Amino acid sequence: MHDLFTSLAAALVLAGCGAPPARTVTVFAAASLTAPFEALAAAFEAVRPGVDVRLSFAGTPQLVLQLREGAAADVFASADEIHMARVVESGRTAAPPRVFATNRLAIAVALGNPRGVQGLADLARADLVVALCGPEVPAGRYARAALERAGVAARSVSDEPSVSALISKVRLGEVDAGIVYVTDVATARASVSAVEIQSDANVVARYPIAPLRAGQGGSPIPAEPGAAEPGGRGSDEQGVDHGADGDTEAFVAFVLSAEGQAILRSFEFGAP
Amino acid sequence: MSRSSRASNAAQALAVLAVVTSTLFFALPLLGLLWRAPWARLGAELRTPEVRMALTLSLQCSFAAAALSCALGLPLAAWLARGAGPLRSLVRVLVTLPMVLPPVVGGVALLLAYGRNGLVGRVLESAFGVSLPFTTAGVVLAATYVALPFFVLTVEGGLRSFDRRFADAAATLGASPWRVFRTVTLPMIAPSLYAGLVVAWARALGEFGATITFAGNLAGATRTLPLAVYVALETRPDAAIALSLVLVALSAVLLYALRRRWFPLR
Repeated sequence: MHDLFTSLAAALVLAGCGAPPARTVTVFAAASLTAPFEALAAAFEAVRPGVDVRLSFAGTPQLVLQLREGAAADVFASADEIHMARVVESGRTAAPPRVFATNRLAIAVALGNPRGVQGLADLARADLVVALCGPEVPAGRYARAALERAGVAARSVSDEPSVSALISKVRLGEVDAGIVYVTDVATARASVSAVEIQSDANVVARYPIAPLRAGQGGSPIPAEPGAAEPGGRGSDEQGVDHGADGDTEAFVAFVLSAEGQAILRSFEFGAP
Repeated sequence: MSRSSRASNAAQALAVLAVVTSTLFFALPLLGLLWRAPWARLGAELRTPEVRMALTLSLQCSFAAAALSCALGLPLAAWLARGAGPLRSLVRVLVTLPMVLPPVVGGVALLLAYGRNGLVGRVLESAFGVSLPFTTAGVVLAATYVALPFFVLTVEGGLRSFDRRFADAAATLGASPWRVFRTVTLPMIAPSLYAGLVVAWARALGEFGATITFAGNLAGATRTLPLAVYVALETRPDAAIALSLVLVALSAVLLYALRRRWFPLR
């Protein structure tokens, strides 16, 4: 009987030991950052040998939920400042967040725009099937703000959980028009077309990034008074303790550097 | 060591293993949910129009899917149980597929078949003006797609273990095939029919992936309880836990009510 428990315990311990190699930087990034962050990670690994950047992409609220429940991550890149503020409040950020990119909205339509969508005003047309991201997703909140500014009453047939889910419905032809980020349609250029949103109604999405400290799941960690500048290397217990050798700060700095910014620009993200 | 004490040791080990497994996999996740539940605000969290809409929609769609599974699944199961052969094997694989596929893949497949530009959906739209995605009918279709296999396989099992000699006897006494089925076969396979309905209903109630992919997510029209949990989890986790408790309670009440059929209690 004891043998049984011993082997069960051993199995449980082993299951927890899929431990990553010593130098990894785990980055939680908003779904809309998928393409540029894959490029950023590859470029960073090239200039900093021996470091493995692990990327996890999801809708920003999903990432905040995972962080709140104690997910192990070293860097958080959010699609908006509201969600970043929640992570800051929980005490998981190791340094103040910094805006590293901006984005704008566009209307995604079927390739070649067969339904002749000209702008936001068309989204009120009764013959168009329009969908938005849910109001809990940054892209959905921005889209509703843009529609409100333009005074357009559009009806969303489905509150999609992420920009990528919305784009795939436009691509499949189930949705005639959906409001997404300019960068999303740029990435999916081969399968959807973009219709510009006039600048007086458009919204500027600001993407902040921050290094994180270890989470303990559930209860928020009390904020440490006088959180250091990004330069202050966190090698102590309370600081950034995953990426030894300052890899975490180095990744954040790389995203903000001229080289990182050039990569973001190549994916049509705007300057901070 | 005597043979009987070895046997009792084995029985003991089996019992320990059973308890450990059911604790790790079934009891602890449930306890986690109860532990984090916002008990003080539970009433307030549940008395919102969103919760009422999601609950109503979930009940309507899951019962509709169970009824549809029964109506469509009974003939299918009856035919499958009547013999073997390559055609039946092929159909059985087709029926089993939705149980194995990730529901999201099922949802995409449904879109490609019944979507506006789908194989059949295109015809439905142009000939009848019927469009299933983003409608409550679409939710029922997605739920039936995932629930039907459970009904068919359960009832087919019941029909296969049914002793055909009873039906043959009734037939030799002059009963028509329909009358034999209604008065002899059906009552004798009632337990598996019942079980099939319960699993189909339960699967339909919990359906998420195919629904959000095929039917979308709109409050009052296609946002069922599981979708409401998913949406709330990201913004109002307390509401999500409260909604999850509703789902747990709903399933527990039904399974308890049907325990005689479902659990072989002595």
